[in-house]
Amino acid sequence: MNDINNVKKIIVDKPLKLDCGKIINNFPIAYETYGNLNKKKDNAILIFHALTGDQFVSGVNPFTKKDGWWSYAVGPDKPIDTNKYFVLCANVIGGCMGSYGPSDIDSISKKILGTSFPVITINDMVNAQYNLLDFFKIDQLFCVDGGSMGGMQVLQFVNNFPNKTKIAIPIACTASHSAQNIAFNELGRQSIMADANWVNGNYSNERLNPDKGLSVARMAAHITYLSKNGLQEKFGRKLQERDDLKFSFDADFQIESYLRHQGSVFVNRFDANSYLYITRAMDYFDLIKQHNGNLSKAFSQSKTKFFIISFTSDWLYPTSENKDIVIALNAIGADVGFVEIESDKGHDSFLLNVPEFLDTLKNYINSSYIKN
Amino acid sequence: MKQEFKIIANLIEKNTRVLDVGCGDGTLMEFLKNNKEIDIRGIEISKNKVQNCIGKGLTVIEGDAEKDLIQFPDHSFDYVILSQTLQAFLNPEQVISELLRVGKKAIVTIPNFGYWKLRLHLLIKGTMPVTRTLPDEWYNTPNIHMCTIKDFFNFCKDQKIHLYKSIALQNLKSSKINNSNIELKNLSAVLGIFLLEK
Repeated sequence: MNDINNVKKIIVDKPLKLDCGKIINNFPIAYETYGNLNKKKDNAILIFHALTGDQFVSGVNPFTKKDGWWSYAVGPDKPIDTNKYFVLCANVIGGCMGSYGPSDIDSISKKILGTSFPVITINDMVNAQYNLLDFFKIDQLFCVDGGSMGGMQVLQFVNNFPNKTKIAIPIACTASHSAQNIAFNELGRQSIMADANWVNGNYSNERLNPDKGLSVARMAAHITYLSKNGLQEKFGRKLQERDDLKFSFDADFQIESYLRHQGSVFVNRFDANSYLYITRAMDYFDLIKQHNGNLSKAFSQSKTKFFIISFTSDWLYPTSENKDIVIALNAIGADVGFVEIESDKGHDSFLLNVPEFLDTLKNYINSSYIKN
Repeated sequence: MKQEFKIIANLIEKNTRVLDVGCGDGTLMEFLKNNKEIDIRGIEISKNKVQNCIGKGLTVIEGDAEKDLIQFPDHSFDYVILSQTLQAFLNPEQVISELLRVGKKAIVTIPNFGYWKLRLHLLIKGTMPVTRTLPDEWYNTPNIHMCTIKDFFNFCKDQKIHLYKSIALQNLKSSKINNSNIELKNLSAVLGIFLLEK
């Protein structure tokens, strides 16, 4: 199955009004599920993916043939145990793994949408995915969970649907995208748009692809996902398959070769316009402003139990920003737990094999389910 | 210190909101949760201990009581508990005032430095006392602000903090502390347990 048309999808026939004002209708949401929904329907976990993620959380991704993006956390006998829980994950709208996005074909012009796709927000993504609850006839989820942009969706979900989940676990995220976050995203977007093959977003219709721009965007972003110490420890100044410097602009250093590799594999699985739209959605995310400066109001209607996790070496979504969410929840007496996990793996810690994190996640989910 | 936990449990009324400051691995929280119908939260500085608490299904946030109590609104808990940690703070005075802002009432327990064995240790050996409840040497102890039951009694008087209940604990025996027996209790008690209100 490596045809995008064969992924599991629902077609949403309820009109969805986007934040930009446009109304979309009859649009696809691609999803994947793991484990079984029990009779009581009280074991469903909705996972939200990050910027470059997709619905293939666990197992083998049928397109990349690699492990799903959260294989360390999700699967049979994993921290989020699919023998016990029904895990559901959808591709966000704006994405490129089967949900409505800029690589879809316009029904009238029969051309690929490109930049005529509407600008979407985290709020739009969450509202679109909510249709999966109706589809599976799930009245209340047990848990919503996600890291990075997935965490932002967790916050937005509880804001939009206050009592549709028992527990919520936003990981390594923020309630308001910072200037630094926006700056890095803008760097990525400018890199894509500076590629001559981007042709104002119309590359697919012209049978081109802005590979160079997209791969530089990925390289730059990748640096922000790692920590200085992590990079130093893994690569240091080690040379790539050579004994000495070559006095050229080839990849002398292992870190260069690593980044180039990250960039080149990324272009095979990700659409450049999707990258523009999704980073834009992240930049527009400001749950604090949505509530006129008082984040507590986002959660004041909710009885959802929160557990917030951050990582010591994450400088992209630092502990302080995660803690702001904890503070807002404590201010209204919400049930909120919080821990900062020690890790030198940077923002990417949540995707990697960090045993303390995985154990904590498992313990929180399992102990919350018992009390359910 | 199961006896301490039982006394604390007896001081707390049903259907109340309780915050355990410096909750450690959650032993007291678990005890109270199992024995009282209350809504209990914890705050703890050690990552490992927070993780232990999470594993037990307790709601705990990682944080420093000297900095992070500020996030809780005035009187957002019925009781705030501080069990045997007051002496470890840089500024116990400020911590007590924060406890009484966040909680309608506070329950504070202190290891009594006036206990006769400690006094005798210092008198005879001339070195800082090391005991079962205070096992560290002077150079590595987290207990930087030790006080006696009498000190705490006087402190509350000076700060105009109302002491609802003062209990002396000596092994399994507990007894009330009042103005007339304070000198004796200050000598005989291992632990002081206080219920206070501003």
